Amino acid sequence: MRASELMMSLVLMAAAGMAAADQGGDPELGAEVYRQCSGCHQIGEGAVNRVGPHLNGVFDRPAGQVEGYRYSDALQRAAAGGLVWNHETLDQFLKDPRSLISRTRMSYRGLANQADRDNLLAYLRIYSDSPADIPEAAPTSAAMDHSVAPEVLAIVGDPAYGEYLSGECTSCHQANGEASGIPSITRWPTEDFVIAMHAYKEAIRPHPVMQMMASRLSDEEIAALAAFFQGVD
Amino acid sequence: MSLNRRTFLGTATATAAALAAPMVMAAGHGRPRVVVVGGGAGGATAARYIAKDSAGEIDVTLIEPSRSYYTCFFSNLYLGGFREMSSLGHSYGGLASEYGINVVHDWAVGVDRDAKTVALAGGGSVGYDRLILSPGIDFVDGAVEGWDLSTQNAMPHAYKAGSQTELLRAQILAMPQGGTFAMVAPPNPYRCPPGPYERVSMVAHTLREINPTAKILVADPKDKFSKQGLFEEGWAKHYGGMIEWIGSDFGGGNVSVDPAAITLSIDGEVTKVDVCNVIPAMKAGRIAELAGVTEGNWAPVHAADMSSRIDPNIHVLGDASAQGDMPKSGFSANSQAKVCANAVRGALTGSTVFPARFANTCWSLIDTDDGVKVGATYEATEEKIAKVDGFISETGESADVRAATYQESIGWYDGITSDMFG
Repeated sequence: MRASELMMSLVLMAAAGMAAADQGGDPELGAEVYRQCSGCHQIGEGAVNRVGPHLNGVFDRPAGQVEGYRYSDALQRAAAGGLVWNHETLDQFLKDPRSLISRTRMSYRGLANQADRDNLLAYLRIYSDSPADIPEAAPTSAAMDHSVAPEVLAIVGDPAYGEYLSGECTSCHQANGEASGIPSITRWPTEDFVIAMHAYKEAIRPHPVMQMMASRLSDEEIAALAAFFQGVD
Repeated sequence: MSLNRRTFLGTATATAAALAAPMVMAAGHGRPRVVVVGGGAGGATAARYIAKDSAGEIDVTLIEPSRSYYTCFFSNLYLGGFREMSSLGHSYGGLASEYGINVVHDWAVGVDRDAKTVALAGGGSVGYDRLILSPGIDFVDGAVEGWDLSTQNAMPHAYKAGSQTELLRAQILAMPQGGTFAMVAPPNPYRCPPGPYERVSMVAHTLREINPTAKILVADPKDKFSKQGLFEEGWAKHYGGMIEWIGSDFGGGNVSVDPAAITLSIDGEVTKVDVCNVIPAMKAGRIAELAGVTEGNWAPVHAADMSSRIDPNIHVLGDASAQGDMPKSGFSANSQAKVCANAVRGALTGSTVFPARFANTCWSLIDTDDGVKVGATYEATEEKIAKVDGFISETGESADVRAATYQESIGWYDGITSDMFG
């Protein structure tokens, strides 16, 4: 077999494989899988950047290009290296985020099940292939799993006090935003940070260490931490 | 760091200047000087935070004999085959190059509290305005009859990580089939309360793979121990019949050893064993005693800033301190170091001193993907560091919860070591 023939057959095989994977994915089941993502990412009409960038139009887009989102250094390096989000790279990233981008801030262990990944990718593709067809649904809002009084959300935190308090966080959460088994907490929008901490404080989110740590933080202290971690370079 | 922090530092500097010279305690020698003795979870964290947050206003010297620091935490996972020893080693290079800390690889052998100098084994001395002692532990002489440091190669303690830990693993791997691993557990208070029992779990894990008929015998001077319910549940589930724990009720505290013969006497009954891991009673690292800041085995401190109750210019962190309710752990030392760093910086430069707050969490691994944890928060009172709130893993948790707890512990290891070394 000549080299050009080999290349052509590889391309055909790859195309066939990709088509099969796409056809195998069920976007409705993918919407269920997506609930895991929705704590940090929005998708659909009106979706905006939260803890993670919005995911509209992610297919076939160069990595690290969502306007207004502050990416980790690691993802910026990958983007500079030419990473493009397509079926193959997204599949690998979702399977094990840190195997593709070792120091990503995306605090997610990965989705081992191939069928789940296929379904999820099929769901994400809805919002990429034909943007005009995006359903008239509200953006996902699982990050807002807890309502916090507007006056509490409005507190402007003191980042200097937040920096001191952050010492309690950085015994576990890395100050540079890297994550390995314990989530990244840097550069979150302050609102998401405040809502998450109040959810732990009121034991709505189920983690014993975080519930304990949050339980003795005042509203002002939570705002101070949110202000500090939002501004970490 | 952010604009916000620079603004804050600017404000702090202005405040210090407005309050004039008396706030700056560096009497007649330029920048105020902090000397830290001991580069572990307490000392490395304190040195790094003072250097980082004072942004050059304070001259920080760290005295630590070892060129590489091997964490005691996670060293049991090395015994279990879950970690390489190299993964537990950390260099002091970043503290010197990134934070401008003067790292001196030498032993501190004395403190002149009147002249405010620390004497070094290599000769010479280093002056300080504030001295932070974080020397960890040493062993109480004569604590286990028949054992002293000269016999530590026959019967390793492996309670300071490094060559002792490697020796203990080599001895475990060399045990004859069906042989006996013995541990002499320490009395309270000691470094890392769940540590001996996590170690038993990790040794059992290794033996189950390579030597399934081996036995583990634990002689313990206590009648109960940290996370006991969780460990005993795990031992029965994973290592049924391999582990025998003899508490004080059955003579576990009445122990002597013969390192030449590798025998262990428990309540008068002599047993020949193949490996004997002796973890003696502990006391503050020797420099605390030499500095004259100990009472009994430990150095009493004020909870608000970890300052010695004997000398206000000396602070004592971590295992060496007698502070109240916190367990002696790397996490505790790291937490205390940040409170101390904030207070020392305030005293020397006039920066804002925020109220003390402390926390601790200890993760332990029982078997593959079977992690458990215990933790608490603490506050400073006049009398001591006092417990506020706490939690512990529950018996009967699902495999998913236990696996997640183990993953979390790996994340914590990366978190605390980057908090110590940058």
